[in-house]
Amino acid sequence: MNKLLLAGTTAVALTLSAGVAQAAGNLSIYHWFEYIPQELLDKFSKEHDVKVTMDTFDSNEAMLAALKAGKLGSYDVSVPGDYMVEIMAQEGMLDTFERSEMSNFGNIDPQWIDVGFDMGRKSSIPYQIGTTGFMVNRKAYKGDISSLSVLFDPPAELKGKINVLDSQGEVMALAAMYMGIPQCSTDRDQLKKLNAQLQKSKESWASFGSDIAKDVLVSGDATVGMIYNGFGAKARSENADLEYAYPKEGYVFWMDNVVLLKNAPNRDNAIKFMNFLLEPENAAAVTNYAQYISGVTGADKYFIDDVKNAPELNPPAGQKGAFIEACSQEVQKVYDTIWTNLKK
Amino acid sequence: MAAAGANISKPGSGIYAGSGVALMLPSWLIIGLFLLIPVLLMLVYSFLTKEFRGGVIWEFSLDAYDQFFFYRGLFGDEPPVLEWTYIGIFWRSIWQAGAATIFCLIIGFPTAWFIATRSGANKSVWLFLITIPYWVNLLIRTISMKFLIRDTGPLNEWLMWIGVISEPIHMINTNFAVQLGLFYSYLPFMVLPIYASVERYNFALSEAAADLYASRWETLRLIILPAVKPGVIAGCILVFVPSLGAFLAPDLLGGAKTFMIGSLIEEQFKGNAGNWPFGAAASMILLSMVLVALGYYARQQNREA
Repeated sequence: MNKLLLAGTTAVALTLSAGVAQAAGNLSIYHWFEYIPQELLDKFSKEHDVKVTMDTFDSNEAMLAALKAGKLGSYDVSVPGDYMVEIMAQEGMLDTFERSEMSNFGNIDPQWIDVGFDMGRKSSIPYQIGTTGFMVNRKAYKGDISSLSVLFDPPAELKGKINVLDSQGEVMALAAMYMGIPQCSTDRDQLKKLNAQLQKSKESWASFGSDIAKDVLVSGDATVGMIYNGFGAKARSENADLEYAYPKEGYVFWMDNVVLLKNAPNRDNAIKFMNFLLEPENAAAVTNYAQYISGVTGADKYFIDDVKNAPELNPPAGQKGAFIEACSQEVQKVYDTIWTNLKK
Repeated sequence: MAAAGANISKPGSGIYAGSGVALMLPSWLIIGLFLLIPVLLMLVYSFLTKEFRGGVIWEFSLDAYDQFFFYRGLFGDEPPVLEWTYIGIFWRSIWQAGAATIFCLIIGFPTAWFIATRSGANKSVWLFLITIPYWVNLLIRTISMKFLIRDTGPLNEWLMWIGVISEPIHMINTNFAVQLGLFYSYLPFMVLPIYASVERYNFALSEAAADLYASRWETLRLIILPAVKPGVIAGCILVFVPSLGAFLAPDLLGGAKTFMIGSLIEEQFKGNAGNWPFGAAASMILLSMVLVALGYYARQQNREA
């Protein structure tokens, strides 16, 4: 049986590479790790006779750094988060397109067209939408989880049982929400308080880690862990005691977008690829894989049941999240100092 | 026959005579391409002005070094005082790397001695066993270590099962875990050079020492250690230097709660900070420290030779 499978895959691989050798064009994608199913790339490759290559990154900032260091011009599309779209636009890294270039542009859920970071969608299309909050092992902790205080001023029993994401933007934004101060505040007193709050919170934290966020919750190393909702849904499928919290102070709301990069070597194929991703069936394939919310109308028809019913993907009515804001240079400098203080 | 003997006793006088420059070329190319140019680039970057969100502006600036040594308050407008944050991060990394080196030496020396004193075929088997785990990627090995020592991991469960402890020992996210990770990662770098030295050691010297009524301790201290010292020092350097810049063990086993030199520098390039000149400056300071230490060692060696 295994041998058969192996022979089968080899045959497929051979035909694929044969197809690739004669492909009419190329497409070079710079994407997050584990964020698009390979079958979807193969499907695009086949439909449009394009050879697809993909490199991956693990944070918005790492992607920006790589593009700045000279990779711009070698990729066609990338997948930055909301605030990073704005930063990349400011840095002049994005190309623009006309709506008429994409037959599926009308499939974008109307509420995601006029977004602050790209009004009217001139360089980007929505990819996946998610939230960042925290998850609690309900077997180990039965108290109230409706407030961010579980993360920032936890009860004694949670001390040393909390993992937070190793991500400045997310930690700072959630802390600001918890304290009821605006993100990227320029008010000195507020910034000082933010610094003091984080110093105090850290005493209760066991670890900082993003890629381990799911693992520590599933294994029980952490009772509480900051996590992205889709990652959380996967965690719950491995450990049913986990519950994703929707804190009353708010949570981080984010949206990843496919952007058309400046000096894209294969601009036509990039547009084709973006259009391809706006096809409801393809958008649903991404959601079924990554388990985040899709920004394409009609995609829900193709959702698998796990996705349709996941509490992590369906915030209760009335609960509001907020995008992470891109701070000004002055505030970012203070944020960097606070972050270094936190980890010194 | 005589000619061959002459070649061996006087390297450079035989068939390779005169081709010295050509022979040097590959190593110079490698040193130039992969060492000198990147280091020079880093040196230049450390003296440039930082651009917001990564990148540099081509204007001379000492800001990066200033940031390393002086603190001007949260908002940068207080009178400068000595900045302890980064010195503290460096000190912690040096301390951790030093401790890992000592642990590796304590375990590595007897291990190397043991292997070197086995007979021919056994020796190869032991050496092979030492290197086997290192065919697996460092990341995987570090994560496996994490699984082993977690509160509900096999180590704690085994200890509780045999009744040594009743509550799991909390090891993960502690300095102990980082030490364990560094020790495990770099142990063979200690064992192999010491093994090479011990293998060349002439055991007749130990016998001679014993004949002259030296105690075992005196033999070790006065005869063996000086003879195998180059191997020991090479091993220490090979463990200490990579431990100093390590960030896998501190991140995965230590919980990334505190920056180490490696993660501090990484943050400047990959994190929100986006401060390339500062990252370059921190690297240069680290490099200078290592070079000074190695230079001192080389001078000591020359003096003895």
